Amino acid sequence: MQFQLPYSGLQWSDLPYVLLGVWNTLILTLAAATFGTLIGVVIGWLRQDVPVARVVLAPYVDVTRSVPLIIQFILVNSSFALAGIPLEPLWVGVIVLSLYMGVLTSELVRAGLGAVRFQLKWASRSLGMSYWQELRYVSAPLALRTFFPGWIGTVIALTKDTALVSVVGYVELLRASQVLINRTNEALLVLAGTGLFYFAICYPISLYSRRLERTFQHD
Amino acid sequence: MIEIENVRKSFGTLEVLKGINLSIEKGEVLCLIGGSGSGKSTLLQCINGLQSIQGGNIIVDGTNVHARDTNLNTLRQKLGIVFQQYNAFPHLTALENVALAPRVVKKQSRRDALDLAREHLDYVGLGSKADMKPSGLSGGQQQRLAIARALAMKPAYMLFDEVTSALDPELVGEVLDTLRKLKESGMTMIVVTHDVAFARESGDRVAFFDQGVICELGPARQVINDPKEERTRQFLQRVLH
Amino acid sequence: MFNYTFYWSIVWEKFPELLQGARITLEVTILSMIFGTALALPLSLWRRAREGVGHAFATGWVELARNTPALFQVYMVYFGLGSLHIHLPSYFAMVAALTFNNAGYLAETFRGGLNSVPPQQLSAARSLGMSAFSAYAYVVFPQVFQVVFFPYVNQLNWALLNSSLGMIIGLRELTGATQAAQSESFRTFEFFIVAACIYYVMAKAIETLAQLASWRLFGR
Repeated sequence: MQFQLPYSGLQWSDLPYVLLGVWNTLILTLAAATFGTLIGVVIGWLRQDVPVARVVLAPYVDVTRSVPLIIQFILVNSSFALAGIPLEPLWVGVIVLSLYMGVLTSELVRAGLGAVRFQLKWASRSLGMSYWQELRYVSAPLALRTFFPGWIGTVIALTKDTALVSVVGYVELLRASQVLINRTNEALLVLAGTGLFYFAICYPISLYSRRLERTFQHD
Repeated sequence: MIEIENVRKSFGTLEVLKGINLSIEKGEVLCLIGGSGSGKSTLLQCINGLQSIQGGNIIVDGTNVHARDTNLNTLRQKLGIVFQQYNAFPHLTALENVALAPRVVKKQSRRDALDLAREHLDYVGLGSKADMKPSGLSGGQQQRLAIARALAMKPAYMLFDEVTSALDPELVGEVLDTLRKLKESGMTMIVVTHDVAFARESGDRVAFFDQGVICELGPARQVINDPKEERTRQFLQRVLH
Repeated sequence: MFNYTFYWSIVWEKFPELLQGARITLEVTILSMIFGTALALPLSLWRRAREGVGHAFATGWVELARNTPALFQVYMVYFGLGSLHIHLPSYFAMVAALTFNNAGYLAETFRGGLNSVPPQQLSAARSLGMSAFSAYAYVVFPQVFQVVFFPYVNQLNWALLNSSLGMIIGLRELTGATQAAQSESFRTFEFFIVAACIYYVMAKAIETLAQLASWRLFGR
């Protein structure tokens, strides 16, 4: 049996490459979470309060949830290439993941708004509040309580899904690790480090969201 | 003055109001009694414009509630309504519950709105609960909070929709006391109630609803002590044993 | 811009390969759900126990499965085990990785389902003279089943979509087969649009069957 030093294949000079992967994962997550939440709040409200929007948006919602993300990345990537405006892998990721995050967020917005009793809306309107005032001061704050824990869960899912953008050539953390694995043959070590990174981000957030959920339930 | 002329209202094929005529004078307390499903709560919701109507007119101080060009948000400031389920805003304290509409609808300053809210909480006897959330208040307290919230908009009319029906018996008194106090102050009120004794003591007139029509209308004591209509008599016998 | 001519006939020539891929997708999905369910049952019971080795083990499994990317889990099984000289064919690696993932999520689903049945239901059943077994079989489990039904179907759909990760480790499931089929012609767009449609049909079929089953079983 041959003994190897644990760091034999890996060098300190690999660190910037791994950090680039970490950085790319983080900016992609941040961008997609921001745009996705904005999209989701608008279409969630539309789907809840405007019946026509429910029909118009149904195909978007349906397709986004029934086609693997990998294929969505490949299709967006190749359709921009065919149109003669090739996109940076980062933007392919941002577009697909924002639209995807938008759908998941819209479901939460709908559920949150739908959970507000119509009698509370009546009470607000009977005081002379307009539709928008009621939404702003009563329905939205109430919906936010049910929305928030679920939204955090969605951001965790998004963080994990950024790993898939590697199929269109984006060097995020998992892709960076794979490159290192190919070179060093230290699969287990590199992967353990990578897994730990995702876990260290996702686990505390999911604990926090579970605790929030409990607090809101008791309120 | 509120004038109700031949109002008809249906939910799908079910007609719940079959031509209602009523008028309520300034300073009057009108009680609506009748079995559940007789249409009295629906009428209140129509007066407030929360429900559409299929025929007739409801005119509040010369403004037709269901006309196209009526600004309901303005009109509703005149018409306070309190519901059976208290409907306090669960995310706001008692004080904020009362101050919200004056602030956002009447654009009062935060300070003025809070002063006004405190005044009205005192009026319904909740001065000491100002900073509590509704979840910390009893049903009777939540219902008084709802009354204070409606009063803070300085309405000309108050509509009460079975405000004691959801309460435990021992909490009914405090809410009725608040209603009596309002009557003393000269508020014009339409009170939908199952409490025939309250209607007799505090109502100026009583209207008995049966199956979507007003079966009998008259001075409170006369309608309840000495009803003219057979259906009124049967109803009163059932509720008074 | 857009002077591109779509060329579909080449996709139809390779269509049988795509269907063969879809078959493998379904196999991997269903196998991983069966194994995942079998593992999730004890995991959920261990999770319910407040302490002990079982609890720690189950918690570790559940949290790892839920807080790391599915693709990472695939890599771990395929490359990670590989470095321990356990070389699984990509088919089994995919089944194993998805099983790990399904078991983690399903364990939480089952736990939630068990928690949703008030303990009084069990005492009520026992007070009627039922044995513990009958009480669980006739009173508790039917209620749990109803609560977990739709989350379970969701997980099934998830597994279906996640099986597309097989492409990355060279498995010829639908996505992998599509990737291979387009590599000769580079008609990427046409091939993957067709693959997307096949996924859509499979996902919708699962959803529809689940809805029909739910009407029949629960009347809703």
